[in-house]
Amino acid sequence: MNTFLGLYNYWIVIVLMMTGFYIVIAQGNLIKKVVGLNIFQTSVIILYVSMGKVKDGAAPILTDGIEIYSNPLPHVLMLTAIVVGVATTALALALIVRIYEDYGSIEEDDIHKQDGSF
Amino acid sequence: MGILVVTGLSIVFIRDLFAVVILFGIYSLVSASFFVNLDAVDVALTEAAVGAGISTVLMLGTLALTSRREKKSSHGSTLPLMVVVVTGGALIYATLDMPYFSDPSDPIHHHVAPRYIQQSGEEIGVPNIVTSVLGSYRGFDTLGETVVIFAAGLGVLSLLGRFGKRPEIALPSPSMSHHLILRVIAKALIPLILLYGLYIQFHGDYGPGGGFQAGVIFAAAIILYAIIFSTESAQKVISPFVIHLLMSAGVLLFAGVGVVTMLLGGNFLGYNVLAHDPVHGQHYGILLIELGVGITVTSVMLSIFFDFSDRKRIRSIEEQ
Repeated sequence: MNTFLGLYNYWIVIVLMMTGFYIVIAQGNLIKKVVGLNIFQTSVIILYVSMGKVKDGAAPILTDGIEIYSNPLPHVLMLTAIVVGVATTALALALIVRIYEDYGSIEEDDIHKQDGSF
Repeated sequence: MGILVVTGLSIVFIRDLFAVVILFGIYSLVSASFFVNLDAVDVALTEAAVGAGISTVLMLGTLALTSRREKKSSHGSTLPLMVVVVTGGALIYATLDMPYFSDPSDPIHHHVAPRYIQQSGEEIGVPNIVTSVLGSYRGFDTLGETVVIFAAGLGVLSLLGRFGKRPEIALPSPSMSHHLILRVIAKALIPLILLYGLYIQFHGDYGPGGGFQAGVIFAAAIILYAIIFSTESAQKVISPFVIHLLMSAGVLLFAGVGVVTMLLGGNFLGYNVLAHDPVHGQHYGILLIELGVGITVTSVMLSIFFDFSDRKRIRSIEEQ
């Protein structure tokens, strides 16, 4: 029981991570792949933020009379990761738009067919 | 957490990409509220603004430029499923070695974190520990992140945008200004959003917030204006040239603070030398670099949005 409660968060993270991973490798639509990558990214963020939580801790903003704070370091790292994530997502989406303009499709199969590969 | 998994799984099965994108927005919002539970208020604010706001808008923009339905994939799903199950199994096996959730004796809580929590109040003088770590202790990291965002903005610009002189575009951009309700509500909301962005920007030292979140919120206000009153009228308020100028100005401000501290005899981004009192110096330094971050994030997000929304018109010109 203790193991279950102690590791529950991490298991959920793994389920989410694998959902994202499955979307990326199994589905042919490029936009869906980007959504999958984003789900993967969010699961990693949840993993880090979960590790930063301290029992009975407060949000890391110094206030009189509070002794225990959660670990601020993962928060800093993940905060910037989210914003960098949206910037790179935008880049991926821009590439998809260009691919659509050149190939007329955003399906992996159609693009391979036109390239003559596979 | 259950909701997160359900949303994630339904994204796998739904073929309508519009629904997928909206579900992804919901997924982000739910995870943001989960971050509040885990005491990560700054992360939650960012995720809510970025994940549920800007990413969703950008993905919808891409859908408008491409196609909405997803075709059925030709290759089977057995092999990927097996790979996923095996990887997942291995990872779950690995978690058995991890310290339990929220245990104060985790190794992660005994490295640099105690120093940040105990000393940052005296050394930096900023109550929000996240801000002091972000701006001061790990300022160099943050500079790197800002440059990455800047680079991504440049990348989108070179892929979709139009450099140099833009000919007068004959095609009017779509607007929703004939919807009375949207127009009235937007006019009431946008000043409040802008004000809230400023609050987040300058109150980031004391409460959750800072340049990254404020930048995204600021951009969201202008994007809302552009969606409802057409892109052209938004570009009259803030022209693409100004946006491109601001993109680099923010990064330069950030790096410039570093150079100034070096010229004053300190380390790169060591703010102690900026004023007679080291704590005051830290205050000035963090304020300035947060401003730089805010400016860059706002203008990069706007630039990306305008690149997407102008693409259709640019395409029609290129075809002529």
